[in-house]
Amino acid sequence: MTALLELRDLHAGYGQTRVLHGIDLTVDAGGVTALLGANGAGKTTTLRAVCGMVRTTGEVTLAGERIDNRATEDIARRGVAHVPDGRGTFMELTVEENFKLGAYVRKDREVTSDFEQMFGYFPRLRQRWKQQAGTLSGGEQQMLAIARALLLRPRLLLLDEPSFGLAPLIVQDIFGILRQVREAQGVGILIVEQNANLALDFADRAYLLETGRIVVSGPAQEIREDEQIRRSYLGY
Amino acid sequence: MQGLAHQLVAGIATGGIYASVALALVMIYQSTHHLNFAQGEMATFSTYIALTLINVGLPYWIAFVLTILISFAMGVFIERVMLKPMHNASVLANVGVFIGLLLVFRNAMGWIFDYTIKAFPSPFESDHPLLGGLISGHELGSTAVTLGVLGIVYVFFRFTKLGLAMRAAAFNASSSRLVGIRVGWMLALGWGLAAAIGAIAGMMIAPVVFLEPNMMLGILLYAFAGALLGGIDNPGGAVIGGFAVGIIENLGGAYLVGTELKLTLALGIIICVLLVKPSGLFGRVVQSRV
Repeated sequence: MTALLELRDLHAGYGQTRVLHGIDLTVDAGGVTALLGANGAGKTTTLRAVCGMVRTTGEVTLAGERIDNRATEDIARRGVAHVPDGRGTFMELTVEENFKLGAYVRKDREVTSDFEQMFGYFPRLRQRWKQQAGTLSGGEQQMLAIARALLLRPRLLLLDEPSFGLAPLIVQDIFGILRQVREAQGVGILIVEQNANLALDFADRAYLLETGRIVVSGPAQEIREDEQIRRSYLGY
Repeated sequence: MQGLAHQLVAGIATGGIYASVALALVMIYQSTHHLNFAQGEMATFSTYIALTLINVGLPYWIAFVLTILISFAMGVFIERVMLKPMHNASVLANVGVFIGLLLVFRNAMGWIFDYTIKAFPSPFESDHPLLGGLISGHELGSTAVTLGVLGIVYVFFRFTKLGLAMRAAAFNASSSRLVGIRVGWMLALGWGLAAAIGAIAGMMIAPVVFLEPNMMLGILLYAFAGALLGGIDNPGGAVIGGFAVGIIENLGGAYLVGTELKLTLALGIIICVLLVKPSGLFGRVVQSRV
């Protein structure tokens, strides 16, 4: 498999505070990479670094093209869709307007048929079509955030804790849909999760982050089955 | 009764001007959370440009359209050159830039066009009062123009892709970047639109109050009162607030405090709103569940 996203010796931080101290990470084309670690390890910062929301040094390569220190909007236009923590939906706007904004940079004519496809994944969003996004339930908002990101027709989807604050049944729903999406769209996914079990089940490659450094990496299945790693890092 | 009806109609006519300027203020406030103190001076400057074009011999409506285009470009230019470097600066630094802008415009106008009061032509027949003396031709015409402008702005923001992107950029800049919207340019476009709207307001009020560098000073105050009354973060509310202030000002001036104290009404409205309902009548209340 060819690499869709490659991070090489990536450093990042906020002001004087360094958060990432040289990260190497790969997402294969059409593959799922999970990024695990405790709070404050630098998972969210890694996603932000990929889409240019923090200053970085080191290399970020998307399908062979360097994208580090480009503007966030230019990275989005190259096919990187990010569902950030806090979801990144437009609370004041309707579901319909959020959909339209998701497809904002697209010029093709298949946008409307993609809307239908999203209704296929998330039927509840059709019922909420004219409703303000801020009035949706937490699960519906997460669905809207994912739909909004997919409407970019991304090559790479960044997901920041899609299970956060949601009931287990909804989480199951969402991961079921993410599996379908992965099959249907061939999009590469980099997912950050607190719920290691869930993430390792979904991913084919995983990295464990500890205070800004990668301490374990490998195929997701091996990490899941490695008792040592599970006990010392994942805590179950 | 005739007098009351006339004051009401005149209130709506000037209210349209206040509504336009209030809209210009709110458009910039929404995306930057700063009040552009120089909005009035920019509008006056645009009106001088219009007068210059008319004096050169251009027909009124061609000068009108050219002035709008020039003002739009001026607004975009000011944002890109003067405000863009200030995006991460403190509130006070931004206020400093706005006041600086105000002073630069005012003094530049005095220097280029001198401080004498000038007459500005109206494109509408204003000698014969219409509807039995109820309304002058200029009042009717300028009300139609401002209503037309407000309608166009509404349609633009509500139904076009660019309008939606500009609203998105104002509500949530970081999410907008994630869907590929060039937020910086949306801000610049907002400045351009605000300057263009201000230019139209200036050209419509100048035949009534006459043109001089301080022409928009009182109008900006009324517009600000209107914007606060309607809700400083709600464009629709600001427009309604602008009309309301126009009517209150005219009725109050005629029956309550007299013309000399009219401007105090605006200050009174500002103080009342801030005391009683700081978010204004239609201030945005974001509903959210987590």
